[in-house]
Amino acid sequence: MSRPDPAHHRLSPPRLLDVDPLLEDPKTRIVVCCGSGGVGKTTTAAALGLRAAERGRKVVVLTIDPARRLAQSMGIDSLDNTPRRVKGIDDSAGGELHAMMLDMKRTFDEIVEAHADPERAAAILGNPFYQSLSAGFAGTQEYMAMEKLGQLRSRDEWDLIIVDTPPSRSALDFLDAPKRLGSFLDGRLIRLLTAPAKLGGRAGMKFLNVGMSMMTGTLGKLLGGQLLKDVQTFVSAMDTTFGGFRTRADATYKLLQAPGTAFLVVAAPERDALREAAYFVERLAAEDMPLAGLVLNRVHGSGADRLSAERALAAAENLEEPRIVDQEGGKAVLRNSPEAQDSSDSPTPGTPDGAPASAPDGGSPTEDTEHAENTEDTERSVDQLTAGLLRLHADRMQLLSREQRTRDRFTALHPEVAVTEVAALPGDVHDLTGLRTIGDRLAADERELPDPADQPEPPEATAEGNPASARGT
Amino acid sequence: MSRLQVVSGKGGTGKTTVAAALALALATEGKRTLLVEVEGRQGIAQLFETEALPYEERKIAVAPGGGEVYALAIDPELALLDYLQMFYKLGSAGRALKKLGAIDFATTIAPGLRDVLLTGKACEAVRRKERSGRFTYDYVVMDAPPTGRITRFLNVNDEVAGLAKIGPIHNQAQAVMRVLKSSETAVHLVTLLEEMPVQETVDGIAELRSARLPVGRIIVNMVRPEVLDETDLELVRTVPRSTVARSLSSVGLGGARRGGHAERLVDPLLTQAEEYAERYTLEHEQRAVLAELGLPSHELPLFAEGMDLAGLYELARELREQGVS
Repeated sequence: MSRPDPAHHRLSPPRLLDVDPLLEDPKTRIVVCCGSGGVGKTTTAAALGLRAAERGRKVVVLTIDPARRLAQSMGIDSLDNTPRRVKGIDDSAGGELHAMMLDMKRTFDEIVEAHADPERAAAILGNPFYQSLSAGFAGTQEYMAMEKLGQLRSRDEWDLIIVDTPPSRSALDFLDAPKRLGSFLDGRLIRLLTAPAKLGGRAGMKFLNVGMSMMTGTLGKLLGGQLLKDVQTFVSAMDTTFGGFRTRADATYKLLQAPGTAFLVVAAPERDALREAAYFVERLAAEDMPLAGLVLNRVHGSGADRLSAERALAAAENLEEPRIVDQEGGKAVLRNSPEAQDSSDSPTPGTPDGAPASAPDGGSPTEDTEHAENTEDTERSVDQLTAGLLRLHADRMQLLSREQRTRDRFTALHPEVAVTEVAALPGDVHDLTGLRTIGDRLAADERELPDPADQPEPPEATAEGNPASARGT
Repeated sequence: MSRLQVVSGKGGTGKTTVAAALALALATEGKRTLLVEVEGRQGIAQLFETEALPYEERKIAVAPGGGEVYALAIDPELALLDYLQMFYKLGSAGRALKKLGAIDFATTIAPGLRDVLLTGKACEAVRRKERSGRFTYDYVVMDAPPTGRITRFLNVNDEVAGLAKIGPIHNQAQAVMRVLKSSETAVHLVTLLEEMPVQETVDGIAELRSARLPVGRIIVNMVRPEVLDETDLELVRTVPRSTVARSLSSVGLGGARRGGHAERLVDPLLTQAEEYAERYTLEHEQRAVLAELGLPSHELPLFAEGMDLAGLYELARELREQGVS
């Protein structure tokens, strides 16, 4: 399948994003794929990982929530919190591919285990409040993804880390998560809840303590005494554990701004996805995060994009009209619609009904014989099929122009963003071959090598002859 | 017919649209429905082409036949203050909690407390009655969190009842669970005829069932029209290219001879048909997977030009015709 010829559709084409130099550059250490849900972000991350590995880099792909089929496509039945080596890649260039899936709870537990003494860690891990929190509070996934990234980077075992970001409601949550969790842990409420331990007995704190007991009294009434006790235990334990939390959150944030990091915004050529992508581009700029470009997935093309939707539909309607055949004269009634006659390559308007049988385009004698042998039924069903093909084409062309409009809007807003387009696949990706194909499409700059079929055609109007005559005998 | 209709689905399947269409469809013959948004995205306001919804039940649409649709975008923070007021008459103490960041804590960080408030608010609307004894809303339709989180979301009160073992929160949590696990509630899942959303639907239903939450219907959204049927697709594989070329040529699309305009259209058109055939097969496989679930299922058409208010009414009509209301 070829893509629409840019010169044909676009007034000012966007800058092209070339992923190969990015993936091959040893200075690129982290690639973050971000974008809204359902745009093929995880698949893009996996395909980039495979491509980089087959070009000689030692890669780990950190995915957040892959479809089972995607894990299987990398030959791993279930991904877990430890990087697993992917087999079956072309390692002739000396590269390696590892993949892992973020296990939020496990990552959280690991932090606790690493920062608290065993006894304290056991107390925290067994706390019902912690168990609930670690599995599902707003932002845990985002924070843990960043935490894991920090860990992988500091191990220095891989020369390229490709990160998929969580399918957040707002795709930006992962940038905010460390700050939010940090500000919560530094917050007044925490200080209040942990106050008895810290402030107990200190002089001059009477006022605060009165406020404190009023507060815990209220909260206790609300939450039930046991829950409040659990919360207090948990919070004071966390306070110790996450002593350097702010520092670490800041370090992760700086890592994202560092020169070795590249962000790729992933989107599909749909209104909502590109709106989100534009917002993301602006946000990354505001945060001084290095944006490499936009990956536009699932872009449609057509090998017949010179045939417009309108003409295809008109022709389909023509074919579907019951055919009136003058048996005596042995010729079909001319069925051209006015729309079809507007175009450059349609037959000369006003051709008489009984056109000469020997049209220049009439085909070879053998073809004519074959044609004559066809029963009218077959011809009818071929016409029906052709009408269907034309309707399908009209749908495709309408889709193309919608996609083009949304892309143009993005390009107009952000002409500085380099774009690579990935042609849509009809099905899902199931194996390394599928990922490799996506990788090829990500890298290929097909737009500089236009399909010969897209070349302008010489005018044919007069040479083509009269279609009615080609049919009529 | 369950009075609390919960609509979930994988992200990108159009669950907000389906929830809105369902609320319209259920508002027939003078009935009144409440459409509840819980994720703070203001998707309902966008769909109904109105300004952002405040935390207040307000009428946003009139259904054919005189029914009314009200909408409410639940703001967890305000819902919490509501609750505190309702249960404790806290007044200024509520504001003090807010100053301390306790409200932030409860609504954004504390596990599930936010979800408790959201489900609690919806259940309150389900049970609310007028002075006349008539229910305020005949139906409450909830635009719920996505499939991956729906079971946890609905089940959160169980978890909370476990954490807060006594006290008003415990009692409230149990009251909400009684509504959610009864036949008063139905959880519908929206999907597309694609592998990942269908897989998520299958997994989601298994989760809902194991949590003993009532599964309602499957709604397949954005179904593309069938342009070519089985016979056509069979023909695509066998048809002589020259006959297609002649057919194209007969309606003025150029010459059928080798290298002619019509002849050069044949290959790209057949390629597109092959892509269509591949998707057609995939869609049929996914339909079969869904059929195995043994649930009532509905299909809604794709609006290629995007969803707008007219399309929404169209979907509501479609749902009504398919016997959803």
